[in-house]
Amino acid sequence: MGRYVIRRLLQMIPVFIGSTFLIFFMVYALGDPVAALFGEKAPDPATAAQIRHDLYLDHSLGAQYLHYMKNIFVGDFGTAFNGEPVLTLMGDAFPITIRLTIVAIIFEIIIGILLGVITGMRRGKPVDTGVLLLTLVVISVPTFVTGYVLQYVFGVELKWTSPSVSPSAPFNELILPGLVLALVSLAYVTRLTRTSIAENTRADYVRTAVAKGLPRHRVIIRHLLRNSLIPVVTFIGTDIGALMGGAIVTERIFNIHGVGYQLYQGILRNNAPTVVGFVTILVLVFLLANLLVDLLYAVLDPRIRYA
Amino acid sequence: MPETTDSQSSATAVADAPAVAAAAPGLRKEGEKARSLRSDAWHDLSRKPMFYISGLLILFLIVISIWPGLIASGNPLSCDLAKSQMGPTSGHPFGFDTQGCDVYTRTVYGARASVSVGIFSTLGVAVLGSLLGGLAGFFGGWWDAVLSRISDIFFGIPILLGGVVFLSVVKGGTVTTVSVFMVLLGWPQIARIARGAVITAKQQDYVQAARALGASNTRMLLRHIAPNALAPIIVVATIALGTYISLEATLSFLGVGLKPPAVSWGIDISQASSQIRNAPHMLLWPAGALSLTVLAFIMLGDAVRDALDPKLR
Repeated sequence: MGRYVIRRLLQMIPVFIGSTFLIFFMVYALGDPVAALFGEKAPDPATAAQIRHDLYLDHSLGAQYLHYMKNIFVGDFGTAFNGEPVLTLMGDAFPITIRLTIVAIIFEIIIGILLGVITGMRRGKPVDTGVLLLTLVVISVPTFVTGYVLQYVFGVELKWTSPSVSPSAPFNELILPGLVLALVSLAYVTRLTRTSIAENTRADYVRTAVAKGLPRHRVIIRHLLRNSLIPVVTFIGTDIGALMGGAIVTERIFNIHGVGYQLYQGILRNNAPTVVGFVTILVLVFLLANLLVDLLYAVLDPRIRYA
Repeated sequence: MPETTDSQSSATAVADAPAVAAAAPGLRKEGEKARSLRSDAWHDLSRKPMFYISGLLILFLIVISIWPGLIASGNPLSCDLAKSQMGPTSGHPFGFDTQGCDVYTRTVYGARASVSVGIFSTLGVAVLGSLLGGLAGFFGGWWDAVLSRISDIFFGIPILLGGVVFLSVVKGGTVTTVSVFMVLLGWPQIARIARGAVITAKQQDYVQAARALGASNTRMLLRHIAPNALAPIIVVATIALGTYISLEATLSFLGVGLKPPAVSWGIDISQASSQIRNAPHMLLWPAGALSLTVLAFIMLGDAVRDALDPKLR
């Protein structure tokens, strides 16, 4: 197990370098952060050169990247163009988005798996067809549409919750945004669980468990569900990265000042240090989540052993 | 290795189908009664109402994105500010948006952007992905190792995030730039599936037999492997088409995808979203059209998957 984790961590290094370099390339080579500082006007060449020198932008792209990475490892993510250290921005933004993602994942796990088990056990019945159609509709309506509609219905018309979230973003205000963020994935979780459960209901071990006279809930929870969860866990794990990236849309609708908000502002204003810093952390989160998923396999299925 | 379970499961689905072998043109004579996967799949599809509903819808969408004038006589860019945010009137069933443009005309004309981004991106992703993934699976070796690592790198970047960063620095705002981006970040998905499918097909007896008979690599790839590895690629590509359309609208909504004066559902929804309290009709029509389009492609993908994936029968 320990050796497997170490090997996986080593394998992550080239992927991490590749992904972050790709983002670095897009922001610093395809875009021009210094020109962005001057807006519409053409910059004074001497001033621009001085800024380039101060920001280490007068070196080759490879050297810039190495310089940046070296700073990251001592906890220096650079300074956003408004003078605030990027690390401070992260300290404010990440806890909020992590709370939002947790709410979304709880929705996915509870509602998604529950609906998946119910429909998987009753394949072909009206409940199954109904839920299946519902998931199709949910998948088809883009997040920004459901976001605005639910915000309007629950926040403005019914007044069950406030339509926008306060700067501190406590859990209770994040329930509706979390649901909006989760909806599409929730539909996928339902469908995945359903297929997986339906496949496994015919398995020998389920028949044995029933024949042993185990109570129904025990057969479902201990035997059927545990074996059916592997694809679902994979999906939820890889979804963490997508959820935190997808928060750009949700955070914009509900005015949440999290990672998506900071990233979006950074991108709009071409604030290169903010964008590269936040994306680097998100890539890292995504890679670690994938590792966690692979380790969870061993917990769910004792036949899987990592030497 | 758990990493490969995904490609393996889709690949075994192909291996499980004895009929797949017969799908290769020219190989069909061995069992007269055994239907090929193609005719089997068609038989399955032709009995599905979902296939016809989504197929008709998609046909309709393609027709109006080529000739929007067929059902909308107005000009999506001719607007009258005096009619700003007005509700439906005769001749203008969906009302007017903030600029006083006819929402019905804009909704009809918006189909073109969505459908073309979806189709171009999917074609690009399918061709590039299956070519790179298929060759990697067939030849193996260092090319395969390099390609797998490269696709890992692209997988490390969540697609929406990559899209916002890439499109904000490229500043194209046209159907071409958006499609190019989707191909750039989307191909590893297909490449992985193609690689798995080719590796499974490569180990089949009939391919080994062809090799023993002295068939060239090209012949083996084109005549024996490609027809048998195609099914999982088609399935994933059809479903991906719907997602690309949704992604294009999301990117346009965020202001980095298509840009005005382009007519796109994403742009219209974005502009309407701040006015949802005063004039919900501005949001609901383009949003409905967009959702229906994505739904049609996802339904088609579902039907095709059920027909092509024998494991689910």
